[in-house]
Amino acid sequence: MPASAPATLHDPIVRAMPVFTARALTKVYQVGEVRIEALRGVDFDLAPGELVVLLGPSGSGKSTLLNILGGLDLPTTGEVIYADQNLTTATEAALTEYRRFHVGFVFQFYNLIPSLTARENVALVTELVDRPMPPEDALALVGLGHRLNHFPAQLSGGEQQRVAIARAIAKQPSVLLCDEPTGALDITTGVVVLEALERVNRELGTATVVITHNAAIAGMADRVVRLADGRVVGIETHAHKAGARDLQW
Amino acid sequence: MVTMPAWIDMLNRKLLRDLWSMKGQAAAIAAVMAAGVTMFVAYFSNFESLQRARATYYEEARFAHVFASLKRAPSHLDGRLRALPGVHDVATRVVVDVTLDVAGMPEPATGRLISIPDRGRPPLNDVFLRRGRWPDASRPDEVLASELFCESHNLRPGDRVGALINGRRRELTIVGVALSPEYVYAIAPGEMFPDTRRFGVFWMNRRSLGAAFDMEGGFNEVSLSLSGDASEAEVIAGVDRLLEPYGGRGAIPQSLQMSAWTLDNELTQLQTFGLLIPAIFLGVAAFVLHVALTRALGLQRTQIAALKALGYSNPAVGWHYVKWALVIASVAAITGVATGAWLGSNLIILYNEFFRFPTLTYHLSPALALLAIAGSLLIAGLGAQAAVRRAVRIPPAEAMRPEPPARYRRSLLEARWRPLRLSFTMRMVVRAIERQPVKALASVTGIAFAVAVLFVGLAFIDVMNTLIEEQFSMTMRQDATLTFVEPLAARVSHEVARLPGVLDIETARIVPARLRAGTRSRTLAVTGLAPAPHLTRVIDRRRGAIELPVQGVLLSQMLGDILSVRAGDTLYVEILEGRRPVRAVTVAGLVDDSLGLQAYMRLEPLHRMLREGNTVSSVALTLDPAARGRFYAAVKTRPAIAGVAMRDTALQNFRDTMAEHMNLSIFINVAFAAIIAFGVVYNSARVSLSERSRDLASLRVLGFTRAEISLILLGEIAILTVVALPVGIGIGYLFGELIMAVFTNEVYRLSFVAAPATMAWTWLTVIAATMVSGLLVRRRLDRLDLVGVLKAPE
Repeated sequence: MPASAPATLHDPIVRAMPVFTARALTKVYQVGEVRIEALRGVDFDLAPGELVVLLGPSGSGKSTLLNILGGLDLPTTGEVIYADQNLTTATEAALTEYRRFHVGFVFQFYNLIPSLTARENVALVTELVDRPMPPEDALALVGLGHRLNHFPAQLSGGEQQRVAIARAIAKQPSVLLCDEPTGALDITTGVVVLEALERVNRELGTATVVITHNAAIAGMADRVVRLADGRVVGIETHAHKAGARDLQW
Repeated sequence: MVTMPAWIDMLNRKLLRDLWSMKGQAAAIAAVMAAGVTMFVAYFSNFESLQRARATYYEEARFAHVFASLKRAPSHLDGRLRALPGVHDVATRVVVDVTLDVAGMPEPATGRLISIPDRGRPPLNDVFLRRGRWPDASRPDEVLASELFCESHNLRPGDRVGALINGRRRELTIVGVALSPEYVYAIAPGEMFPDTRRFGVFWMNRRSLGAAFDMEGGFNEVSLSLSGDASEAEVIAGVDRLLEPYGGRGAIPQSLQMSAWTLDNELTQLQTFGLLIPAIFLGVAAFVLHVALTRALGLQRTQIAALKALGYSNPAVGWHYVKWALVIASVAAITGVATGAWLGSNLIILYNEFFRFPTLTYHLSPALALLAIAGSLLIAGLGAQAAVRRAVRIPPAEAMRPEPPARYRRSLLEARWRPLRLSFTMRMVVRAIERQPVKALASVTGIAFAVAVLFVGLAFIDVMNTLIEEQFSMTMRQDATLTFVEPLAARVSHEVARLPGVLDIETARIVPARLRAGTRSRTLAVTGLAPAPHLTRVIDRRRGAIELPVQGVLLSQMLGDILSVRAGDTLYVEILEGRRPVRAVTVAGLVDDSLGLQAYMRLEPLHRMLREGNTVSSVALTLDPAARGRFYAAVKTRPAIAGVAMRDTALQNFRDTMAEHMNLSIFINVAFAAIIAFGVVYNSARVSLSERSRDLASLRVLGFTRAEISLILLGEIAILTVVALPVGIGIGYLFGELIMAVFTNEVYRLSFVAAPATMAWTWLTVIAATMVSGLLVRRRLDRLDLVGVLKAPE
């Protein structure tokens, strides 16, 4: 484990405490003329250092759950506790603070800032926090140490997603939330991205939630939570996770 | 691009690169703002420079506070004037208007001879000697001449001018070129516009001038300066009381002294223009900025979401986008201040043509420059903040999702008008506009503003032409007007009729008077005319030529406002010559005229009021063009004639000086309006392109040709422009009326008029700007990234 990892993760008491505790979450949206019940009473816990895959088809509510865990959205009812903070009652400023210091996001479509280079996209985040990883190190960790000065448009999809991962971990977050990180990628590049996630989880001990509709990815998880139609429909725990390289899809 | 100094943080790098990538649009917005700032700085710096020059000059030259003219008073009255409470200093002098005969000029000119002390400088209204020397008291024909007159005749110290002094022609020798605070703006008596060729001011030693006009031991003009705590009104009343037995024509305060009054009006106008026109320009700029930014933010939706997800706070993200506007505004403001300073320093040279100070230096105060910059930043910030606040407030999770699919429906045009079979592309254009009416309205408004600004700019030419038409062909139908030194018996008109070349004549009686209504009063000339004058007509801006009322007095609307009287009210007229009767007169009506402050009466009631016979103080006449030379020669030798006003020269003169000045402002307005028009149109075309490029690229992938997709985008722009054209004319009329309302003062009242050709030119210019913008945008359409569009999400 590198020296820069958060010291608290070694503390057995803290380790035992979940990162998140979410209870009875529901979420109802109005999109245009359509009312959508995205979550219908979901409970969810995440332990420190754990890698959880949220598996489910489109519309099962997994992105909604992830957004709520990440402080990007609020549930209609229910509550989310992070450490000892209740995210559902937090102010906008408190949520910003939470996102800034504790959460790393990886999105399906990377969401890099097109006018900033790879290094600058990472630096965009490291400027915000107190003890960041140098952007170069974060990019090296995802295997992009040689493409620091390229703009997003000059990078392949897989490379862009790895920049997004580097950007998410450079602030040394407690939790990494990934929304379909390989959704827009082919198998080969997808595997490279998953390897990067795996390495971050292993070497930095960052608790990681990966959303996917691709069941094959479930193999690399400590725990798989299946969602369907806004409800949790199954949880399985893996004693031995597979390496990203061994996944088949 | 990639290497940026390390100290620039990431958001600022994004800012700079984003701005660079939209540099065309940013430049278009900046140009619109810079145009506004340029006008503000140019107008206001001129205002400040003139104001400074005026304050310094009035102070240094001891410009008097009260002026009075009279028939003749003995010199010892000086002591009694001095003893009036509140009077600080008194200067009595002799002032006479004479006919001049200048070498190389066939028509006669008017010279005003003003006495200066034989020894020492004038105690008040000091004369500034630009060149040459002071007249020698022992040489009676030596004079100082006003600078503007010398310039327009190329006169230098040592040159001579012929003058008809008390019936005898004398050669005056110019020994110096001079200026006076009383003639910063020099206008001949009874004329509307300054004519530097035909009106000159001359300063002569008191003894020589007194001797020539039987004024030894007497004076006919007095100026007074007041002590700090004096009441101007009381001093004026005291002066009038003392001068009344000596034919006093009513004392006036400095603010009504001809030159000071005109300068004051001009300065006020410059100040209001300096605020109003830039305010319109900057308002348009703020609107364009708002629209551009709203749409740019729409395209940055997911980036905003990402920034927020990464932990940037709403204020931080908001500030980042407000900075876009501030950077554009800063560039615009700095450019605008620089071009404004350049333009201002050139404009002031024009002011020097008819406002003459010893020194008129261009001065741009740092406070004004800072105000311009701060003002543009503020306006840009306001334009941006509404757009930014809305964009930033969207919850990040919502912003992350692509915008919900746009709800298209069959357009109203199609539904209402079934037989109309729109082509496939036209259907897309119409539905796109109908789907987002607010956006379409914003584009229409932006382009309409461009139309409006350009329309108003061009219409000023029509406004000036209307003024010229009104003044020089409707009001003044005579070729010349002779003014007499003293009112003469009516039979003089027969003599005038017999002058060479005279075809038709019309007499007038002009008498100095003070009009009083309640506590308000004005000292001016009451003009007595024939019941329906055919040469010097009275023209109402709406009603045309007006017949004079049988009884009572007809006032300029503006004068009615100043005195606060309406038709039917009673006014006290104090005649300031002869037997000085005071009469209550009914205001028979108000005339909405264009120039100056006028009071008209029919000749007979005026004569009755004066208790005098049929007298004439001026004659208007028409001339046989072939006999002009002989007419001029004859007039130059008649001592009874104080001045000759020629319509042609007045018109020429008006065109040369005033119109030239106006034309320059018009040109500047039009040039800047064109910048706005292009900036707005180009900007809205670029915005449409960036919003639609994905759809259009998809269509290209489906097999649409470049021409077809161009038609979709350019068709939309064309429709919006066509709608904006008439709307812009409507807004233009509102702006025009607003400007004219502000423009109205005691010197000028203008009507906002626009010829059909002006509307046509406006439309053609905006259509041309649209076409050029369309072509520029079309070149980008040809370079759409077809493959990229298929791969990348929104």
